[in-house]
Amino acid sequence: MSASVHAKAIHPLHAVLLAFPFPLFLGALFSDLAYWSTAQVQWANFSSWLIAGGLFAGAFVVLWALTTLGSGSRAVLYFLVLLAMWLTGFVNALVHAKDAWAIMPESLLLSAVATILSFAAAWIGYSGFSAGGLK
Amino acid sequence: MIRICVLAGILLTVLSGCDEAPNPIQYGSNPELPAPQRGFLPEMVIARPIDWGNDRPTVPQGYKIVAIATDLQIPRQTLVLPNGDILVAEGAGGGAPVLRPKDLIANYIKSLGKSSVKGGNRLTLLRDTDGDGVYEIRNVFADNLNAPYGLALINGAIYVANQDSLVRFDYQDGQLRANGPPATITELPSAINHHWTKAMAASPDGRFLYVGIGSNSNITERGMDAEVDRAMVWRIDPQTGAHKVYATGLRNPSALAIQPRTGQLWAAVNERDEIGPNLVPDYLTSVREGGFYGWPYSYWGQTVDPRTQPQDLEKVRTALRPDYSLGSHVAALGLAFSTSAMGPFAEGAFVGEHGSWNRRVPVGFKVVFVPFRDGRPAGEPIDFVSGFLNDDGRTRGRPVGVTIDPRGALIVADDLSNTVWRITPGLPRVGAASPPGEARSIQTH
Repeated sequence: MSASVHAKAIHPLHAVLLAFPFPLFLGALFSDLAYWSTAQVQWANFSSWLIAGGLFAGAFVVLWALTTLGSGSRAVLYFLVLLAMWLTGFVNALVHAKDAWAIMPESLLLSAVATILSFAAAWIGYSGFSAGGLK
Repeated sequence: MIRICVLAGILLTVLSGCDEAPNPIQYGSNPELPAPQRGFLPEMVIARPIDWGNDRPTVPQGYKIVAIATDLQIPRQTLVLPNGDILVAEGAGGGAPVLRPKDLIANYIKSLGKSSVKGGNRLTLLRDTDGDGVYEIRNVFADNLNAPYGLALINGAIYVANQDSLVRFDYQDGQLRANGPPATITELPSAINHHWTKAMAASPDGRFLYVGIGSNSNITERGMDAEVDRAMVWRIDPQTGAHKVYATGLRNPSALAIQPRTGQLWAAVNERDEIGPNLVPDYLTSVREGGFYGWPYSYWGQTVDPRTQPQDLEKVRTALRPDYSLGSHVAALGLAFSTSAMGPFAEGAFVGEHGSWNRRVPVGFKVVFVPFRDGRPAGEPIDFVSGFLNDDGRTRGRPVGVTIDPRGALIVADDLSNTVWRITPGLPRVGAASPPGEARSIQTH
């Protein structure tokens, strides 16, 4: 391995998994906004499943990031952002398990935070890590 | 008992608010209504089933309890026929589709507290040929029904409220089996069928049948469109099948009964969940024609439930207060007015309480007697049949329908141990049993 200054891309499978949380959490945010404005409860149901999907794929990404924690400060930051994203998403899933309008307004706030964190995690992850860092 | 809260860890236990809740007085006409509360997890404590063994439910001193039929297939409601035969409706309905990840988890958890037996979808007839209290003859009166629940006998016919239709069997005294498949009188609302039970009572003159139709959700989480024709009582003309909406806003009117003498319709109603262990009280109420009882917009009269959107405050202003609170989450599924043949428990109504699943301290799991005076509920409920929940928090049975045998017995259907219980004043001497006031008072949790 050369001591390249170029960032090394993450493993393709890691990349595929990391592709899930941001669009799913973003979808949940839009779906929550739709429920907020229409009171049509099906939007809240969509959000529930989108969040569940984000958590499912996100769990593997968190574990992957955990295995590579020792490879530098960016890896630590990556893991922490992912973990915060996942925990926010989990609390959001519990909030979405409430019935009807009981999910408001926490659902909107949590979906927004989870979306931002998932975006940040994707940004860090896809920016790559120094060679010898993440595999 | 499973503490679902604990499964999710200590952190979530804190989040879910699994703390000791104060216990407001929630019986009678003016129950305390605490502020709504809900942590990030709903409280769920499922009492796990266990066999009766040699134990029996507890009844007041001087009364006797006997299992007159066991190994049934989910007995729910019973009907005592003029010759003393007992019809038992057996079945399990529902099956609302999963809408959210929550439904998958909740369905699994709730299944832990239920019988694993498949619903019979039939009526079983029990007969005591010599009047000794032993029901020697047991026969399937009719089968291939669809989750039968409400039963009534009027004008020489047996009416059965399936989860999706009202049907009629012609009946002659002493018949052991129906002549054939029943005639369908009318369809009943059954789309989704979240609260599927169709309770039924006949008007004293035999002209009408009242059928209770539960809501399609806890609190509109399946959408307002799913609630068309739900959470109401229909009055049906059995001759034509035509119906009129008799009363609305009754979330789950799971038992209906006619009060003797007055002819007034009463209902036991299950109220909404997930706003705390002490909300909202299930209740017993006289059902006023044209009355609106709040669901989904408000509870206990005009206390607004903000979970229902869009709100309808105009409608809330018309909401009637129920007559008598039975306590939150007791799950009242049976209702029968007593008779003088029941000894000291003559003036009042028996209520079968299936028991809670969404409360840290379980409540219900018994049959209570609500004393009446001058035709109105008066006083605290008294345990009449208890001990379904044992001291270790395991459930041995869960009462559903209660029915008075005019010869002097209370018939209780138990859909967990699949048993029909019969409770009689043990001694024929008048006054042998302890009067209600001396019976063991209800446990307040």
